[in-house]
Amino acid sequence: MFKLNQAVTPTQITHAHRLWLYALVGLILLFLIIPCLIVIPMSFSASQYLEFPPREWSLRWYEAYLGSPEWMMATWVTVKVAVISTCIATVLGTLAAYGLSQVRGSAAKLVNSLMMLPMLVPIILVAVGVFFVYSRTGLNNSITGLVLAHSVLAIPFVLIAVGNGLQGYDMNQEMAARSLGASRPWAFLTVTLPQLRLSICSGALFAFIASFDEVVIALFIVGGESSTLPRRMFANIRDQIDPTVAAVSTLMIVLSILLLVAMQYIKRLERRQQH
Amino acid sequence: MNADLPPRQKLQRVKPMKEVSLYTRTRDRGASGEDPMVRRLAMAELKERWALLSLTLPGFILVFLVLAVPLGWLFWLSAFDSNGALTLDNYLRLLRPVYLSSFLITFQMAFCVTLVCVLLGYPLAYLLSQLPDRASQICMAFVLLPFWTSILVRTYAWLVLLQRQGVINNWLLDLGLIHEPLALVNNFFGTVVGMVHVMLPFMVLPLYDKMKNIDPLLMSAAANCGATPSQAFRQVFLRLSLPGLASGITLVFVICLGFYLTPALLGGGRVSMWSMKISDTIALYGNWGAASALGVALLVATVLILWGMRKLFGLNGQGRTD
Repeated sequence: MFKLNQAVTPTQITHAHRLWLYALVGLILLFLIIPCLIVIPMSFSASQYLEFPPREWSLRWYEAYLGSPEWMMATWVTVKVAVISTCIATVLGTLAAYGLSQVRGSAAKLVNSLMMLPMLVPIILVAVGVFFVYSRTGLNNSITGLVLAHSVLAIPFVLIAVGNGLQGYDMNQEMAARSLGASRPWAFLTVTLPQLRLSICSGALFAFIASFDEVVIALFIVGGESSTLPRRMFANIRDQIDPTVAAVSTLMIVLSILLLVAMQYIKRLERRQQH
Repeated sequence: MNADLPPRQKLQRVKPMKEVSLYTRTRDRGASGEDPMVRRLAMAELKERWALLSLTLPGFILVFLVLAVPLGWLFWLSAFDSNGALTLDNYLRLLRPVYLSSFLITFQMAFCVTLVCVLLGYPLAYLLSQLPDRASQICMAFVLLPFWTSILVRTYAWLVLLQRQGVINNWLLDLGLIHEPLALVNNFFGTVVGMVHVMLPFMVLPLYDKMKNIDPLLMSAAANCGATPSQAFRQVFLRLSLPGLASGITLVFVICLGFYLTPALLGGGRVSMWSMKISDTIALYGNWGAASALGVALLVATVLILWGMRKLFGLNGQGRTD
């Protein structure tokens, strides 16, 4: 529709007129992408200090990461917490989204706004509040406590994703199943749920990354053996810098690229489903 | 005017606005017991409503216990002393210069970051919305990858780039442009750079969404009516994109107010943001009352800004896409 190569009318904008815009946006895109990628080559450096470009290459920082029981323990804790929180948040969020999509009225509104609260409240407040309550209930420094807090953080993501999915879903299909004799839960499981699977997956991906990357709460409520990977990284970065962090960061960047690709794939499938 | 109407007609005017369930209708007619079938249907509907609402219960209870209870507790700690008597001491403390300067720095920071995000985000979102699909998807990946990368990793990368012996300083020294390393990080500037990098996608995504929904024919129509490109842009495109801009600004500003991670790592202890004051007040001084008052003030500021922006721009939380 837009052929900007040459002006048809005296006032029309051409590519040449827009060169400044292209240049500016190019710079902005570089600004966005460079910090996400620069760590990758640096993590393969052989030197004790971070250099770019590295003068010598080696895998020593990856060896340091893989060989360190503390880093391994932290990785294992993080994965465990992220997986369990994702499961909890996905199940609870999906149930809630389904219930809220069917009921109107002030009670439903109240429930909805409370469950969206974790997105609104600054994370530092959640961390401080949770720390205070946990210190009175003995949940500090426990995986259970961290899982509970991360599940709460992740619920709004699932609620939004599944809620969006339900908006495009025709509930009459479930009615049809029920009129043919299926009970409501059975109709939900066999008719509605399979059609919501993409929305649920995208909610779960958001939930996973929200827990996997979470630092501030972990900073307050866990330490030592139950430290998560981001918590260890934070301490390492603050207390200056052993390039092992660069290796861990590279692995986390690879993970986020994978998740991004998965997300785009889900979106594509969703679009295809709608047509 | 309405006073002249008999009460019954008033009721009818209001009624159709609400979604009226069978149960409510039956109850309001006072028909309970008149027709057992209607009554049973109505009861069944009511039961189903509660059954559906109870599906939200597990999540609701979890959020309530892990979020609402601690917040309520913080509120209590801020307003009552150890004897349980109501006190304003903790809030009066907030008027001390250390806290006031921290508020000031937090608002300055949020303002600067939001401004830079607007200046960078608007052209970016504009071009993304104008490019052909394929090109715009590729550029979008540049926005989404940072969005999905851990804030911690990105903050670390900025530290590596900006520090005294960092990549940028080394290059500038090698090129002979500077003779001494510049202080790019552990100060206000470095924090702004790191925070803008985190916040830019939050600005670009709602803007892009809004701009994508602006009908390109409107711009042609403006041109047909004799507008120059810049007039058409200002009077048509800019106006239509304003709601997206407003939701981007709100989002960025509010997240900045409570931001902890990036200022803590890139500020080098010189940028004492509100959230860091909260954490320090607990970690260093163990003063829960003061920390809670700071927290409550932060929450109130957040809610007030969200509410104010909503009133100003008629925003709908997520930013409407109609």
